[in-house]
Amino acid sequence: MTTSTLGAPAPGRRFAGGLLKTRELGIVLALVVLIAYTAIDNPRFLSGQSIRDNLLNTAILAVMAAGQAVVVITRNIDLSVGSVLAISAFTVATMMSDNPGLPMIVAIVVGIAVGAVAGLVNGVLVRYGKVPALVVTLGTMYIFRGLVYSWAGGQQVNADELPAHFLSFANDNILGIPWLVLIALVVVGGVSLMMRNYRIGREMYAIGSSPDAAELAGIKVARNLIVAFILSGAAAGLAGVLFAARFGTVDASAGTGYELNVVAAVVVGGVAVFGGSGTVWGAGLGALLLTVISSALAVLDINQFWQQAIVGSLIILAICADRLVAVRIARSLRKRDAHV
Amino acid sequence: MADSSAKPDNRAGDHGPARLEVAGVTKSFGAVAAVQGVSFPLFPGEAHALVGENGAGKSTIVKMLAGVHRPDTGTLRVDGADVEFAGPADAKAAGIAVIYQEPTLFPDLSVAENIAIGNQPLTRLRQIDRKSMTANAEALFRRLGVHLDPGRPARGLSIADQQLVEIAKALSAEARVLIMDEPTAALSAVEVERLFSVVRSLRDEGAAIMFISHRFEEITALCERVTIMRDGKHVTTELVSELSVDDMIRKMVGRDLSALFPKQDVEPGEVLLEVDKLSREGVFRDISFQVREGEIVALAGLVGAGRSEVMQAVFGVDPYDSGSVRFKKKKLKGGSPRAAMAAGLALVPEDRRQQGLVMDLSIERNVTLPRARKLARLGLLFGGSERKSALTWTEKLQTKLGKLSDAVGTLSGGNQQKVVLAKWLATGPRLLIVDEPTRGIDVGTKAEVHRLLSSLASDGMGVVMVSSELPEVLGMADRVIVLREGKVAAELTRAEATEESVMYAAMGQKVSA
Repeated sequence: MTTSTLGAPAPGRRFAGGLLKTRELGIVLALVVLIAYTAIDNPRFLSGQSIRDNLLNTAILAVMAAGQAVVVITRNIDLSVGSVLAISAFTVATMMSDNPGLPMIVAIVVGIAVGAVAGLVNGVLVRYGKVPALVVTLGTMYIFRGLVYSWAGGQQVNADELPAHFLSFANDNILGIPWLVLIALVVVGGVSLMMRNYRIGREMYAIGSSPDAAELAGIKVARNLIVAFILSGAAAGLAGVLFAARFGTVDASAGTGYELNVVAAVVVGGVAVFGGSGTVWGAGLGALLLTVISSALAVLDINQFWQQAIVGSLIILAICADRLVAVRIARSLRKRDAHV
Repeated sequence: MADSSAKPDNRAGDHGPARLEVAGVTKSFGAVAAVQGVSFPLFPGEAHALVGENGAGKSTIVKMLAGVHRPDTGTLRVDGADVEFAGPADAKAAGIAVIYQEPTLFPDLSVAENIAIGNQPLTRLRQIDRKSMTANAEALFRRLGVHLDPGRPARGLSIADQQLVEIAKALSAEARVLIMDEPTAALSAVEVERLFSVVRSLRDEGAAIMFISHRFEEITALCERVTIMRDGKHVTTELVSELSVDDMIRKMVGRDLSALFPKQDVEPGEVLLEVDKLSREGVFRDISFQVREGEIVALAGLVGAGRSEVMQAVFGVDPYDSGSVRFKKKKLKGGSPRAAMAAGLALVPEDRRQQGLVMDLSIERNVTLPRARKLARLGLLFGGSERKSALTWTEKLQTKLGKLSDAVGTLSGGNQQKVVLAKWLATGPRLLIVDEPTRGIDVGTKAEVHRLLSSLASDGMGVVMVSSELPEVLGMADRVIVLREGKVAAELTRAEATEESVMYAAMGQKVSA
């Protein structure tokens, strides 16, 4: 980049564009390398069934990651999503086993609604309780989980109690694409679009980028934060329905520990933990990468222990990459400014 | 822009009704009245300066006009109609744009997005129309005559460029009132001139401008009218052409200097601290001064003059580029607070909430904190005796407290300040640096703090006091070093230091005959 053409649009735009692309491109590259390596070792990794399994496994995580990404972009975090998934899954499974005639769409709507209410609780506590989101959602994570336990007791809803159309939803296709995958694509795509092209989305970025400036700019910070938490809750609620349909067996421990997978997917996907930057589809890619890693390790017959270590390393790598990029931008901009 | 020097005089008195009017506005924070019964009008096509010392209430006025604070009593009027701003969005909707001292951009968003935020052009599907957003930004920059890439992120823009983006933001919102809170503090002369030509053309297009600055040459160059505030109160609103700079300064400081702060006379002993040509790029330059035993030296100057920064560099919290600091003839290692503490320096920082105290810890823990840290680092062990000495200090300072195990956050501001002092005095320093030692504490405690500093000095301790409160500076200091824009503007003895001489030096004006 020539530093002498200060202020001329072309280099700046190229610079910014290139920067945006690097993060998501990095994930895609990692995916390609990983898949290629695994496929050379075991060509069945590329079989239709294997790809299908990977996508199905990604779907639930990706839906939750899309919601989480919005929250993280506003410089917050939602740790309650695993518990919200459990509430939604148990509610919907109980409802469907009691009323086998209900259509799938009702299950989906109820699941989303349950999650949205949980998200509303989180959002209101964070905004009006003036408590950091980390603390609020850590609290509600336990509270929601406790609610499911006290409601479910030791019992679980088994696959044989659920109507066939509900269970088959997880395996049914439309135009050759499994419903689950389609739903994940729609959610990730829709939320991406909202965050990229609509005012509310850009305001979410603004809030995460500088909360004080957002208040001064007259942005409705309270409303936007609550919307972000509702979105994350609703996504977790939807994920609960998909979980119940896919696994058929739901008990109070459903989705335990998912919150960390979701946060990992978001961070690995390039959303900055301090808010303000990253993309929702990047978070979706992050979910895909984490899923592919775990199945690739299984195919390569590597100890599952390594999976955890690798995910951990990826998170640290992602955060280091953020720092590195930030430092590099700062340096190159300083150089440009030095020419003024 | 061509007739930038168009004399305002001919339009004075010949203006329409006020675009914005501040009418009898009062605002208090807790027990402190920041603004009391202030009234002034802003006329369209006129630039209005708001001046006053640090803490005179200017920023509170700005925040009320911006919709951040609501006045306790009194009203704001826009075009003659009473308005009540529930938040910044309302003020914005009323056509008021504010440029804060610290620009408020979103570093992660592009420049074009920063300009358009909340008001982005939309396509038919209510999506953001990026193309016209970028085109708008480009058009605004052309109008401002600046070259900025609308697509680049705001992160990394120089302060001057950030301010131009803020102005572009105000333009895009078609602001009818533009409020600027010390926009020039961080700008070079060229950048100031560019900013002014933009502001003048806005003014000539009929915008009402409110301009806050400490630089009188800027006020006389830009403004038609000036409102002077002192201690939260309105002093006067007059035409700039009818006031000399001398008048303005006198009206700003004119205050009774009470005999509240008697400093005992002490024969200064040996030189403790020698600061020689200390410089830090862009912050301060060629700062030299000495402090002797038994002496209180005050660093005066306006906010942003670099006073705290100099002392932080001396203490080693911040680095410096060149120059040297010697303590008792020995060179002090730069950038190491530990070395400074070991040599016998102590620094009581300005913001006790952020830097001085851990609010949730007990008083006792807070007092012993610096020693505990030193202890851990040097591996020395004298915990018990050290704690006792800390506790004697809290007693010596007559800190009003319930139990030593209570959280510091439960104490009043004045007593918190005493705990901070106790904490550092317990380290047995030879030189004490205090930054704004009495900010935000009541008069009674203030006097106690002053008495304490004075008695410490008479015991042979050297004291460096950074203070924005002139009466305190004049009452306490044996010598006053006035900083202005990172340089020593004057060094005044106790006899030479008066409100006027200090303010003149701080404002960069020569003492008039």
